[in-house]
Amino acid sequence: MSAGVNGWHPGLRESATFDRNSIAEIQRAAREGIYDIRGFGAKRQVPHFDDLLFLGASVSRYPLEGYREKCATDVVIGTRYAREPVKLDIPITIAGMSFGALSGPAKEALGRGATEVGSSTTTGDGGMTPEEREHSKTLVYQLLPSRYGMNPDDLRRADAIEVVVGQGAKPGGGGMLLGHKISDRVAEMRDLPKGIDQRSACRHPDWTGPDDLEIKIEELREITDWRIPIYVKVGASRTYYDVALAVKAGADAVVLDGMQGGTAATQDVFIEHVGIPILAAIPQAVESLVELGMHREVQLIVSGGIRSGADVAKALALGADAVSIGTAALIALGDNAPEHDAAYRAIGSAAGYYDDYQAGLDPAGISTQDEELAARLDPVEGGRRLANYLRTLTLEAQTLARACGKSHLHNLEPEDLVALTIEAAAMARVPLAGTSWIPGLVAQP
Amino acid sequence: MATPEITQEVVRSFDLAVDTVRELNQALHSEASAGRVVVRNPGGRHAVAVGLDAPYEVEIEGHVGYYCAGMNKLATVRVRGNCGVGVAENMMSGLVVIEGSASQSAGASARGGRLVIHGDASARCGISLKGADIVVRGSIGHMGAFMGQKGCLVVCGDAGDSLGDSLYEARLYVRGSVAGLGADCIEKEMRAEHVAQVRELLAAAEIDDVDAAEFRRYGSARRLYNFHVDNLGNY
Repeated sequence: MSAGVNGWHPGLRESATFDRNSIAEIQRAAREGIYDIRGFGAKRQVPHFDDLLFLGASVSRYPLEGYREKCATDVVIGTRYAREPVKLDIPITIAGMSFGALSGPAKEALGRGATEVGSSTTTGDGGMTPEEREHSKTLVYQLLPSRYGMNPDDLRRADAIEVVVGQGAKPGGGGMLLGHKISDRVAEMRDLPKGIDQRSACRHPDWTGPDDLEIKIEELREITDWRIPIYVKVGASRTYYDVALAVKAGADAVVLDGMQGGTAATQDVFIEHVGIPILAAIPQAVESLVELGMHREVQLIVSGGIRSGADVAKALALGADAVSIGTAALIALGDNAPEHDAAYRAIGSAAGYYDDYQAGLDPAGISTQDEELAARLDPVEGGRRLANYLRTLTLEAQTLARACGKSHLHNLEPEDLVALTIEAAAMARVPLAGTSWIPGLVAQP
Repeated sequence: MATPEITQEVVRSFDLAVDTVRELNQALHSEASAGRVVVRNPGGRHAVAVGLDAPYEVEIEGHVGYYCAGMNKLATVRVRGNCGVGVAENMMSGLVVIEGSASQSAGASARGGRLVIHGDASARCGISLKGADIVVRGSIGHMGAFMGQKGCLVVCGDAGDSLGDSLYEARLYVRGSVAGLGADCIEKEMRAEHVAQVRELLAAAEIDDVDAAEFRRYGSARRLYNFHVDNLGNY
């Protein structure tokens, strides 16, 4: 039977349960006998910032003039204990991504782009490279369970430390870097043989719970003489409790990564089925901080599916101090770009769909350690594109904030938001549009 | 801060019943010249003598808490007592000697230098080891050298369960019994070069009453280095 218009034909009905993706995965599993490992973040549809709208000003509120009146965007992170807190011009930071997962030029481009607009970048599971330190004015150094590449010299060179407990793509899981990406340099930095599949630990080697974490943070502060801030990063799951425990352990800032957050390599079943959407996690985190009297004292940085200035503004309105982007930053560099479509198709993917960051074959030269592929990304040009993108996000967020009458992005508040769906209203704890109903909090009148 | 006392050499002295850990560490990070430092009344305090980056000789007269000598570089730190979790974690170089016993995760992720424990060490001794050498005069608990990547763990006594689980290239030498081996850890032939290595490590640890020939060697079978469907039962 031949397919009709747009592939549809009377009598052809796709199962909602066994859809084409499900069928293809069953066939793949039967063929290969092992789970699918891929990069990117969750691809399933979940309640997200798109399900929220800003109310804007009218008679009851007055707006700021859209182009001229000041709407500040700066943020200071680490005011609780650090002598030298991190001061950023915009509240949009670059999330932790490793050298190893990404090429050297890609890391350099991230540093260039963030620095151009006064923001920060973050190392990843594999240590700090001289190139990213050189090109990042503000660099956050991650302390991960694997401790790959961790050393006290880099710790002292960092502008902040991020103790990584988990990430949104895989709360409870460790990192993974498959053997074909373990070049000589990556192997040396990680103290491992070349070519093996690296399984980063999912637990830290020298602390196991919140009481230990408090002492671990004390040690890091002692080593760095209480100079730089210490963030704690968690994947969004039991957020209310995790944030409270991070604060109790002495964090200067909490980094909260929702399930849409990306990864370089993880089992598909983990990416799609563990953790909660960032929309649901932010109100839990804010509730925890407010109850402890620590909202705006311990800064909240959120990530996981931030794409636009609207997403930035909505995250801040829900109570975050800053956001972090990973996947979007890679796309700004050139990931999934149409000009590479033929190359993507040659490896069984297509521009707009590519997620095999684990494979090291990235036609855009970003998630690879192959020198020829990596050379396709010009770090100067990539940095310029990222800076353009970050400026656009900032302008968009400012536009929305001014429309709500706010002279600083941080003045956005939940009262500026309504939800389009009951699910989003319940998760974000803002009223369903046109009602005063917040499911679970405020009864229907 | 305590006044330096003058003996045959300049010895700086800290009394943690009076001075704070912050004062101690700040002084050890700030001094232009290293030298001998005596720390009295440590009282189980955490993060004592961490982040050192010069050839100090630190003597701690008593028990310490978590992360003593953490991320040590170049310094020699001697503890005349027991120590808490994570002693010499991520050590880069230098020497850390514990005259008593150590709690969990001794030498975690240590990349260089030598850690000597004259008593016993608890669980996860040498976890994530990345190049340092650890010598334990007594016995160690379970999960010793979990995911150990590089370096040597020498145990003169017994080892607990799951020794060397998910091991990479670290070398493990145990003289006594091993309660059980972890995933992908196997006993390997103890050749002359290995006996010589143990002898050298014992000598460097100033342990002269243990025969290097009595040790058995354990290492990675390297069967799980690459994901393969045939290995699923081994994880």
